[in-house]
Amino acid sequence: MNARKKYMFYPGCSQESSALEYKTSTLAVLEALGAEVEEIEDWTCCGASAASVMSELLGVVLPARNLALAEQTSPPLGGKEGGGMVDVLTVCSACYTNFRRTSEAISSDPALLKTINQALEVEGLVYHGSATARHVMDVLANDFDLEALKERVQRPLTGLTVAPYYGCQTVRPYSPFDDDQRPTSMVAILEALGVTVHRHNREASCCGTSLLTTKPDVGVRMAASVLEACEPADCIATVCPMCHMNLDSYQGKASQAVGQPLSIPVLFLPQLIGLAFGLPESTLMLHRHVVPVRPVLERLKEAA
Amino acid sequence: MATSEIFNLTTAKRDPAFVDRLIPDGQLLRRCIQCGTCTASCPAAHAMDLSPRQMWRMVQLGLEDEVLRSKTMWLCSLCYQCQVRCPRGIPLTETITRLKEMALKRQLAASRESVAFYRAFTDVVRRYGHMREMEFMVRYFLMGNPLSAFGFAGLGLTLFSRGKVRPEWPKLGGEGRFDKLFERVAELEEKL
Repeated sequence: MNARKKYMFYPGCSQESSALEYKTSTLAVLEALGAEVEEIEDWTCCGASAASVMSELLGVVLPARNLALAEQTSPPLGGKEGGGMVDVLTVCSACYTNFRRTSEAISSDPALLKTINQALEVEGLVYHGSATARHVMDVLANDFDLEALKERVQRPLTGLTVAPYYGCQTVRPYSPFDDDQRPTSMVAILEALGVTVHRHNREASCCGTSLLTTKPDVGVRMAASVLEACEPADCIATVCPMCHMNLDSYQGKASQAVGQPLSIPVLFLPQLIGLAFGLPESTLMLHRHVVPVRPVLERLKEAA
Repeated sequence: MATSEIFNLTTAKRDPAFVDRLIPDGQLLRRCIQCGTCTASCPAAHAMDLSPRQMWRMVQLGLEDEVLRSKTMWLCSLCYQCQVRCPRGIPLTETITRLKEMALKRQLAASRESVAFYRAFTDVVRRYGHMREMEFMVRYFLMGNPLSAFGFAGLGLTLFSRGKVRPEWPKLGGEGRFDKLFERVAELEEKL
């Protein structure tokens, strides 16, 4: 890596509440790797799965508002005409999909950009199309040398078996950085941390989060099938706050649904990287998870 | 609707232009060859009244009311597996969002919970610009099925104790953060 990487950070709603630990650990890991990360000021909700159901246009205007803010704060290198791009760092796969869907819709229908900007006028904003969302999984796997990552490891996670779980929207359908059926982005990172990787057949399956509130019976069963596939591992590594909510918080309900006790801690990938980097608990906030992470820490102690 | 129901296509109310009103390039939906990859790939197909394959055939046939009244679209978890695997390159998952929008606008939506979910979510975003979990859940239960709140109470407390749900009380009255933006979007959409 030559120049210092710079990202405009879009946290998304969950990073302020249910997945605060994902935000703090991601920022700390990126800082340790030497990246510059600036949070987009006055960012708002991307619309999640709801806005575009209420109105197709609203479903692209809300993401575009945040992309416009990112451009405003961090003009692309070489100016608008220079063809430079602003990388908007997203950690939630649902936000990521909304941003990329908006960018795709604009590139296949240039008139849409004009309509979006007519809406953004009331916010005093213009979107030029130069800010593009990048998923933290993409950034961690492709923007830094594996060697640089290894150099930062102070406490290898030897003895720990981890099941990678990407979920659906991290790799589908607008994601250019990995295979949409059999992703591998996490493997080299996890191995660099010293863990044993447990590959399984649910790595890119849907966890069912978007059905949890409205169709809980169906959503929880989908989570259970992921948890069962991951069970031989000591913990799961996720890169989406929605997946985390379902796999961690609803694990008890998933156990009830399939009539078998499931108990596997679910960590965000940056939390695992942070553990290996020796970052403090105040940053990693492992205590916030519903399924206790203690067995993971004990396993590490045994191995050491 | 039973999955084995037989439609008399001579007498059924049909609109062959349904596909064209759903997405800008309706021709894409006419490409479906009924291979069934969508149904085989769908993690929620078992819970649907129409399998995805059946539903797409009915969309092609213009059986608009039957499609919009089915529960199928409300069980889609937006995992995009059918869309990326479709050998005909049809944007299936994206079209499901359009089906939901149409079912809502025509008041045919077959899932009271889903309607409450999307309305409550969008209302909270309009009001504050971002999610407020407590207010969202209160609005959702009031609009949908208040009794279902009991099923979430225990977990709600656990999440609250972990700081995963913020104690924010609804602000009564006053302007919403996005009132103007939402109004402008509605005006523009009228013209499209």
